[in-house]
Amino acid sequence: MRQRDRILTLIAFLLLIGFIYFAEGFLDIYIVRVLNVCAIYAILGMSMNLINGFTGLFSLGHAGFMAVGAYTTALLTMSPAVKEQIFYMTPLIKPLDAIMAPFPIALILGGILAAFVGYLIGAPALRLKGDYLAIATLGFAEIIRVIFTNTQSITNGALGLKGIPAVTNLWWSFGGMILTAVVLLSLINSSYGRAFKAIREDEIAAESMGIDLAKHKNLSFVTGAFFAGIGGGLLGNLLGTIDPKMFSFMFTFNILLIIVLGGMGSITGSIISAFIVTIAQEVLRFLDETMNLGFIVIKGKVGMRAVVFSALLMIVVLFYRHGLMGTTEFSWERFLNWKPPFYRFGKGTIKGCKNS
Amino acid sequence: MPILELNQITMQFGGLTAVKDFDMEINPGEIVGLIGPNGAGKTTVFNMITGVYKPTRGAIIFRDKDITGLRPDLITKLGIARTFQNIRLFKGLSVMENVLIANHLHIKAGFMEAIAKLPRYRAEEKAMIAKSTALLERVGLKDNLNDPAGSLPYGLQRRLEIARALATSPKLMLLDEPAAGMNPKEAEDLTRFIKEIRDEFDLTIFLIEHHMDVVMNISQRIYVLDYGVAIAGGSPAEIQSNQRVIEAYLGVEEDVNH
Repeated sequence: MRQRDRILTLIAFLLLIGFIYFAEGFLDIYIVRVLNVCAIYAILGMSMNLINGFTGLFSLGHAGFMAVGAYTTALLTMSPAVKEQIFYMTPLIKPLDAIMAPFPIALILGGILAAFVGYLIGAPALRLKGDYLAIATLGFAEIIRVIFTNTQSITNGALGLKGIPAVTNLWWSFGGMILTAVVLLSLINSSYGRAFKAIREDEIAAESMGIDLAKHKNLSFVTGAFFAGIGGGLLGNLLGTIDPKMFSFMFTFNILLIIVLGGMGSITGSIISAFIVTIAQEVLRFLDETMNLGFIVIKGKVGMRAVVFSALLMIVVLFYRHGLMGTTEFSWERFLNWKPPFYRFGKGTIKGCKNS
Repeated sequence: MPILELNQITMQFGGLTAVKDFDMEINPGEIVGLIGPNGAGKTTVFNMITGVYKPTRGAIIFRDKDITGLRPDLITKLGIARTFQNIRLFKGLSVMENVLIANHLHIKAGFMEAIAKLPRYRAEEKAMIAKSTALLERVGLKDNLNDPAGSLPYGLQRRLEIARALATSPKLMLLDEPAAGMNPKEAEDLTRFIKEIRDEFDLTIFLIEHHMDVVMNISQRIYVLDYGVAIAGGSPAEIQSNQRVIEAYLGVEEDVNH
């Protein structure tokens, strides 16, 4: 069985590499871009799931960490000439205007800086629980955004950064996604990961089993922030332009939608759901446009998609709280034995139904 | 030399005094009971010992060390484990995971080592699994290793909670109503089980219990709390014949002719 699973994983991996090779060379630029966004959203989803789904900390500060990663990576990869051109209102401060780093190093530095910000926010905020933590982290994320709007000499303020080298391609985004998944899966299956889950299940019991709550909550928060920073960096260097408005609460909300839909507490669920949500947002673009149904013309309203997704989130939360994967992970065993939903209904048995 | 010593501990919640000037000591290897009517402050005593509450006054000395007001996880690391009155298992996690989590406090490998699965972490993980499997086998849960803890029947959940507390390698174990909701047969099994683990794991046990059969049977000494005040202390026989204890439990007979 394990042998079979290993071979299947290897085959899937090789197929993916073949696909990326093919996509980079032959597929439409638009499709490649959507795929890139899918993979980056998967990274963001997984990192947020570590905090919210595995450790049970209701944090809404993800956009802030992404912003830190995106700006750091962008500033380190832009050439001095471009920087001079863009910062025409207030020049960029001294060492930053000249230094440049290769993309991978810039990415990692972005992640580290995001993790550091995560630590600064987490140390005081993680003393709070539940809704209060959500409010505090949301507030901190907004503070980061406001700071970025006002520190013109570093971030160029509301003008944002333009001309960021578009280095991110499918190799980077999918590579980042796979690396994030491997690291996070290894983490959650380790003793530390079990401690995170214990905190999610019952904080008081976890503490009385000798788990240092502050330390482990911070570890989870900082690790999540690190990967959010990496995701942000990849995104900035994919889009080519970033500005503080991009990293508003709506961004966090989108990632929250992904993890709730994929299953709070499932890494692979977040990946699957990131692809579904991102592709659906593209496919459902027609909702924002004027529709002619023959007998009636519906005038297009920008934002109709958001309404659909908000409704979807509510439906999932109300009726299907487990999401796609619940707290389980993808396994070949389950994949190969997968039956369509309601498959058993016709057979007069409810043996396979899952409670709660 | 007592293993645990409570010196005049007092707990006030605003104007309410839950426990007042409570003095107690437990010697190594003893099984000591704590009884009293509902709301007498028994669980509050447990919560003070385990660091959930910080006593308003008084000192708690565990193995010659003042642990008053220390964080719960640090107190557990020093060797005091507990179970809860209303079972607090990690319900969504497997039986095995529940016990493995209780091993986490002894881990030496760091966070990064664990993610990278370096040799030291692997060795620790392997030892943890071996130790937990043996422990679960000992308490009779070896057929349920991969079941979600919340799916176990009530009696087994109680056992798992004790196993989980044992996994932290305690010197002193606090059991909060371990026989709650058990029938006489189950309570008798539990009594035997507690005595066995005391001997096997070299423990000292302090328990709160409402089942009088269990308490009288198992304890070498008993303390009685009523309205936060210790009204008696001594051997089971002494407690059973103590007038104040009887009054606290049954009430005072009033003169009907007045």
